Amino acid sequence: MADVKLTHVKKIYSNKVEVLKDINLDIKKGEFIVFVGPSGCGKSTLLRMISGLEEISAGTLEIDGQVVNDIPPALRGIAMVFQSYALYPHMSVYDNMAFSLQIAKVSKESIDQQVRKAAEMLQLTPYLDRLPKALSGGQRQRVAIGRAIVRRPKVFLFDEPLSNLDAALRVATRMEIANLKDTMPDSTMIYVTHDQVEAMTLADRIVLLSAGNIEQVGSPLELYEHPANVFVAKFIGSPAMNVVPCRIEKTGEQTHVSLSSSITVETPIVTEASEQAKAAFFGVRPEDLLVVATEAEGFLSGKVTFVESLGEATLLYLTVPGCEDMIIAKQAGTLKTQRGDTVHLSALPEKMHLFDDKEVSYRR
Amino acid sequence: MIASSKRSPLTYLVHATVLFLVVIWTIPTAGLFISSIRDKDQLSVSGWWTALSTSEQRIVDRANGPSAQAQEGDLFVIRGNLLTNSSAKVTKFGFSSLEPEAFSAGDLAEMRKGQTLQVMPNGDYALSSPTEWKGSRGQRIFYTAEVPPRFTLDNYREVLSAEGLGQSFLNSLTVTIPATIIPILVAAFAAYALAWMRFPGRALLVAAVVGLLVVPLQMSLIPLLKSYNLIGEFFGVGSKTYVGIWLAHTGFGLPLAIYLLRNYIAGLPGEIIESARVDGASDFDIFRKIILPLSFPALASFAIFQFLWVWNDLLIAMVFLGNNEEHLVLTGQLRELLGSRGGNWEILTASAFITIIVPLCVFFSLQRYLVRGLLAGSVK
Amino acid sequence: MAQLASALVTMLLGVLGCAVYFYGSNVLLDKVFPTKSGPAQKVARNLRISNTIRPWLFLGPAVLLLTFYLFYPVIDSIRLSFFDRSGDEFVGISNYVWLFNSDEFFESFRNNMLWLIVVPTAATFFGLIIATMTDRIWWGNIAKSLIFMPMAISFIGASVIWKFIYDFRSGDDAQIGLLNAIVVFFGGEPQNWITIPFWNNFFLMIILIWIQTGFAMVILSAALRGIPDETIEAAVLDGANGVQIFFKIMVPQIWGTIAVVWTTITILVLKVFDIVLAMTNGQWDTQVLANQMFDWMFRGGGDFGRGAVVAIVIMVLVIPIMIWNIKRANAEMEGR
Repeated sequence: MADVKLTHVKKIYSNKVEVLKDINLDIKKGEFIVFVGPSGCGKSTLLRMISGLEEISAGTLEIDGQVVNDIPPALRGIAMVFQSYALYPHMSVYDNMAFSLQIAKVSKESIDQQVRKAAEMLQLTPYLDRLPKALSGGQRQRVAIGRAIVRRPKVFLFDEPLSNLDAALRVATRMEIANLKDTMPDSTMIYVTHDQVEAMTLADRIVLLSAGNIEQVGSPLELYEHPANVFVAKFIGSPAMNVVPCRIEKTGEQTHVSLSSSITVETPIVTEASEQAKAAFFGVRPEDLLVVATEAEGFLSGKVTFVESLGEATLLYLTVPGCEDMIIAKQAGTLKTQRGDTVHLSALPEKMHLFDDKEVSYRR
Repeated sequence: MIASSKRSPLTYLVHATVLFLVVIWTIPTAGLFISSIRDKDQLSVSGWWTALSTSEQRIVDRANGPSAQAQEGDLFVIRGNLLTNSSAKVTKFGFSSLEPEAFSAGDLAEMRKGQTLQVMPNGDYALSSPTEWKGSRGQRIFYTAEVPPRFTLDNYREVLSAEGLGQSFLNSLTVTIPATIIPILVAAFAAYALAWMRFPGRALLVAAVVGLLVVPLQMSLIPLLKSYNLIGEFFGVGSKTYVGIWLAHTGFGLPLAIYLLRNYIAGLPGEIIESARVDGASDFDIFRKIILPLSFPALASFAIFQFLWVWNDLLIAMVFLGNNEEHLVLTGQLRELLGSRGGNWEILTASAFITIIVPLCVFFSLQRYLVRGLLAGSVK
Repeated sequence: MAQLASALVTMLLGVLGCAVYFYGSNVLLDKVFPTKSGPAQKVARNLRISNTIRPWLFLGPAVLLLTFYLFYPVIDSIRLSFFDRSGDEFVGISNYVWLFNSDEFFESFRNNMLWLIVVPTAATFFGLIIATMTDRIWWGNIAKSLIFMPMAISFIGASVIWKFIYDFRSGDDAQIGLLNAIVVFFGGEPQNWITIPFWNNFFLMIILIWIQTGFAMVILSAALRGIPDETIEAAVLDGANGVQIFFKIMVPQIWGTIAVVWTTITILVLKVFDIVLAMTNGQWDTQVLANQMFDWMFRGGGDFGRGAVVAIVIMVLVIPIMIWNIKRANAEMEGR
């Protein structure tokens, strides 16, 4: 049992700045939770509050059903992997991993056994006598993880652990962390990142934060397919979802919205009659837009102002009459389309999103 | 830096200018050193830059008295040698102060009443007279000698024993070593607290340390002297003790020590300290096991600073340790000599060199750390 | 030998006592309020208590020493300046009246101002020039090391060194002082340099400049290296010549450091005492405030009141720098 439960948790700094506003979150034992959000959203602060490095201004934090607000980090049953790894530069790999156990006055044999076991697991055995500066980035990262493992924590905390690695290593280490989770199914892991790919690939559930609030909690696909609001819709997915202001023309089982005087779209989204004639936001992901041959097949047409060929896909940037922002369409493979061409786009109705004037999604 | 500026005439100018400046900056010390190992007679009559060339000395001496005369045939002859230094060479001589260089060495000089004087280049002289030499004093001989350069450690031998510099050297060490270590310990703990611990009044304390950084320590002398007298009376010891001066140096050195070390310790990566905290280390553990080893460069640089400062200090030593012989430190001794032996350059130069040799060794061997420490304090 | 042994023992005791305090007090705190195990609520309480106490264990000795050796004396000096020579009887502002009517004070004040203007300027100037030039030549580090060397020499040692340079022999005797030898070589009259009123101040200042240039050089050299190469390359592309680059691109970027060097040397100059004491002891119009104060402390048994007044003057001169320093440190703290 290693549930983590946050109830009305707040963080207010001495200068009255509210960094986190009323966070409520239930994390189940064995879950891999990812906190994701733009920089400054408070995700790292939240993690540090769980770790005990930051004080909790209001609300309660429970680990395993015990309120731990005032318990020092070392007694919370957590271990943390830091962004910079925070290896002790003057200690060997072995001593780095043994440090917490030595502080806890664990017997020498027991320390040795645990350190060697963790080193074995992370393929660090040949490096135990080295200093951190003699290791590669990936190896340092593994030492940091090893240091967490030897403490046998109930909860692992990761603070952007991959951001100091180069792209190739990042993918490899990501997989290692995923494997690590598989070998320790009972450990709860909380992982902070600003990288949505990491969040999507690692998480059982994603907690998306923005400006001190939780925007949405759900599995990666839930967030992708059913974003709760415009912010989530735009944050998850790359390139970001096209979101354009619109007006609700007809409510009911099928909602009709007008993007401009000439473009009306029919969506299979249910709206109440009271929403009639309200302003709203229509959204569709670039990868859900399809280029079609004739205007009649599509629901909007635009002039191509820019083409980006990525090889595996092509991005078309369109100016659509009546829409302020450019519409992006992502098409598989390469296209012959050139700047100045007019293209027609369609989308599957179930891939369309509709948000009300407060940018909150109309649930289907 | 800029490729095209290499090998231009400007570069040679730069080389020449720097060389010139370096020479100006080193010559005073070099002069002192060379002088200190010269023969004291040469030192007082010629500049140290002539140390390697043969010097000419004009000397007045007296021949042996008439009691040393011997009869050789029908002449009464007095023989002897003028030179004490065997490698010197007599070039000219004379018997009258009006013409001290009247004759070349080897010539036979005619004096009054058939008396003659002959001085050979090696200093051997012969005075001969047809009649018996009378009186008690010997004949005056003026001569010019070429003395080759002579280097000696006699000056050092003299100051270390006779002038009490050896004792002062020990005193200086006794003052300096604890007065270097104690402030480091005290300041390191304080610096850690000011950098990484949270408590009310922290910002105020940092500001206070920075403010005290510039307090002229002359301010402190009078009140402290009064306090020391009181405390000394209370404990029934004199007011001038080693403990007193250690603490005084500690107190005066603390602002800079705390400031330097705090800058350094605050610059250590915060995640390492947090990581240790998550690992269960208390602040004391963190300080001992993480901060101290990681701060070694800063500690070393401050140690050098404080060492140089304490070793070179005159003011605090004079006030808190006094001028009596048994407590006098090197700088104090040197000042005493400057007063009492102001003209005896052989003593002054050798003493001065003894006082600066230790800091110079420390400086040249540990310069790297010193520079690093200076930078930690100033460039931010 | 006995002295050596007792010195060693006192040294060890002093250092050990200090170490024992820090170790003992912290271990004691951990024993009284254990935070590494036990029931959660108790640990939380203990942690709060020890987190409140521990900073003061760390800071205690430092705060006590700073208070006793610097803070209290400043306050007491101000008090003493209103008292008589023994510090017993209140005399109002008569010490101040005496001070401002004393020729000696104005002489030392004038000299101090001269020192304050000349020494920091010259040392910073030479430091900057040498730093710039040594960065361009392969033996620059050796040159720097040699110019930095006087830093290690005590003021009193430096005084002996320079007294030797300024040495004067009257009559036809060969000059053994380098300066007079050079003057004679060029056909001039040898002078007794340190007794020529007014100008002798400059001969004393040269000693401090000689010592401090190395300090300025080391710090400015690091600052110069911190200037991004791109800015200089951009200036080269813009067609600036070497002098323009130096004054318009490099110097403005290290103003902050120049200011720090300048103020640091200024503070040192205010405290300068050993050089004057050793070279002239204030004779021949070379008195400075710090030496005058020292003089009054011990002259004829000492006059604490008058000594304190001179100390206050030095303090007042330092205050602007102190305020500037504190402001700078505060700005730095907020930057973290």
